[in-house]
Amino acid sequence: MLNFMENIEELPLASWVSDFTGWISDSFAFLFDPIKNQFGDGLEDFADMLAAVPPVIVILIVAVLAFFLSGKRFGLAAFSIVGLLLVWNQGLWEELMLSFSLVLVASLLSVIIGVPIGILMSKSKTAESIITPVLDFMQTMPAFVYLIPAVAFFSIGMVPGIFASLIFATPPTVRFTNLGIRQVSEELVEAAEAFGSTGAQKLFKVELPMAKTTIMAGINQTVMLALSMVVIASMIGAPGLGREVLSSLQRADVGTGFVAGLGIVILAIIIDRFTQSFSLKKGTSI
Amino acid sequence: MPVIKVEGLSKVFGKNVKQALKLLGEGKTKEEVLKQTGSTVGVNRASFEVEAGEIFVIMGLSGSGKSTLVRLLNRLIDPTEGHVYIDNEDLATMDKKDLRRVRRTKMSMVFQKFALFPYRSILENAEYGLEIQGIAKEERSKKAKASLELVGLGNYLEQYPSQLSGGMQQRVGLARALANDPEVMLMDEAFSALDPLIRKEMQDELLDLQETMKKTIIFITHDLDEALRIGDKIALMKDGSIVQVGSPEEILMNPANDYVEKFVEDVDRSKVLTAYNIMKRPETVNIDKHGPRVALERMQKEGISSIYVTDSKRNLKGYVTADDASTALRNDVTSLMSIMKTDAPTVTQDTLMNAIFEISHNSPVPIPVVEDGKLLGIIVRGAVISALAGQSEVNLTHA
Repeated sequence: MLNFMENIEELPLASWVSDFTGWISDSFAFLFDPIKNQFGDGLEDFADMLAAVPPVIVILIVAVLAFFLSGKRFGLAAFSIVGLLLVWNQGLWEELMLSFSLVLVASLLSVIIGVPIGILMSKSKTAESIITPVLDFMQTMPAFVYLIPAVAFFSIGMVPGIFASLIFATPPTVRFTNLGIRQVSEELVEAAEAFGSTGAQKLFKVELPMAKTTIMAGINQTVMLALSMVVIASMIGAPGLGREVLSSLQRADVGTGFVAGLGIVILAIIIDRFTQSFSLKKGTSI
Repeated sequence: MPVIKVEGLSKVFGKNVKQALKLLGEGKTKEEVLKQTGSTVGVNRASFEVEAGEIFVIMGLSGSGKSTLVRLLNRLIDPTEGHVYIDNEDLATMDKKDLRRVRRTKMSMVFQKFALFPYRSILENAEYGLEIQGIAKEERSKKAKASLELVGLGNYLEQYPSQLSGGMQQRVGLARALANDPEVMLMDEAFSALDPLIRKEMQDELLDLQETMKKTIIFITHDLDEALRIGDKIALMKDGSIVQVGSPEEILMNPANDYVEKFVEDVDRSKVLTAYNIMKRPETVNIDKHGPRVALERMQKEGISSIYVTDSKRNLKGYVTADDASTALRNDVTSLMSIMKTDAPTVTQDTLMNAIFEISHNSPVPIPVVEDGKLLGIIVRGAVISALAGQSEVNLTHA
């Protein structure tokens, strides 16, 4: 009696998913192929372009931006200069630029997709109740799993890396956008309405500005998650610092692995402080 | 002509709305409706009219439905039933576009917690209502500046709300509402978040502004003193229903039911009642016709110790005491002029009770109520005390 499961056949869940993925891959090839080719080419051009800029110029620009974004303080600027010089010195500059372009593009796409979905969620209870479990699913599924369909759809390289990163990194932006808009005080929303705002005016003139800090916190998380995908995506051939980490893992080369890892940490800290400063800037104390 | 006319306005929150409305129609109370249908009655068939240029106060305790009612007036909450007419247009049934037009041009609102936009400067806050109408930058900032100057914040244009005190923030709220030049202003507990001294200051300022602007103001409050102070008319709410509408004096002196009576019991009457409410018809003698003999006779007949002297046009000349009159009679003085005293302090019919109380305390004679030199009535000390105690018969047919 306790072994009743023995009499029930195993559900072919795995093969269903495989079949489904295969079906999508075949049926939407007309969509995936141009993305893979044209978008992939554009991406590589962009990365190459970044890598072609002399490192000194990049470091200078970053340092100046850091100085102003951190409220004219030298800490972040100094850190950026030292950190980036170190990466350059270690011969990882090109990898750094590749990783950065991957993170940048993946994050931008996440924000472009995530913010409108978050707005939709905040406006509709139905949308919220449908999207929330999907987000939970996307975030709790181990990130490695996304690599498999990513390869099926886009083969290997940067594009599937960005695809996997999108799925993994978008949820915080969606969640925080929803949260930020829902947290706008009832009275402010009423004030916007009482003066005769249209829905769009209410959104752009009141709700989004009020939710900005929260949304930026979500975007910051998205960027950090996208960065963490840099290493994982290297398993399906995404270039950059992650690939260095992966290859040193395969060769059990602690030193090289550590240096590449350090490069990721430096990139992470700079990106993190930059995105955070956007959310704090102009934030009048409330 | 009423600017706003509210007819049978109801709001029911929850399910079984139809059944709840039916029960309300049968005269069931809010609690009975909740028990039978599970729906909460926000506002129960409210009807009233607000005249142009009037400050109409809706007053009630928390949970009485006053905040819901004011939000039904500009449809921040959609009514379940009933009509709200503004300039003969029914707000309750108009489409979204018309509703926006009314909100933009005819009504604006001031909020309890100010509801200023923290990321906008004071000027940008005041501009908001104009900005969303698509009015050009130059014109809207001119209008917004003018209304900020009206509330005394002309020098704070570039500041942000968090840099201002509560009272100043609410001035910004007021300026923002005025910038649209609306006919009607809805003020939802606008001064309740301010501390008492600032609140009083803002009330005075609102009354000052109202002198020149003559807006129609619907003012929500839970504070009866505030209601009595600024209201031309007061509507008292309980459990979603309006239990009484009337002038402050009517509410105070003739409470419609136990609830209202209980409410007004604690009110400081000295701040509401005026000389007009307690003055009596005076006994007088005419300076041109009468002498000390007539004066003394009248005083003896009425059992009083002094009498006021007027001319034929009832202009107050002075008073004569019984002692002086009898001395004059013995000395064969025939003119009142020589024995008349003129040192009685006078009040006007709008003088508040607390001021009269002070005067009556020091005055040897009843206080004459004088308007444009004419004697309208007198106030005896006993009337002041009994009115303060809330026991007197008072005169409510205010001109």
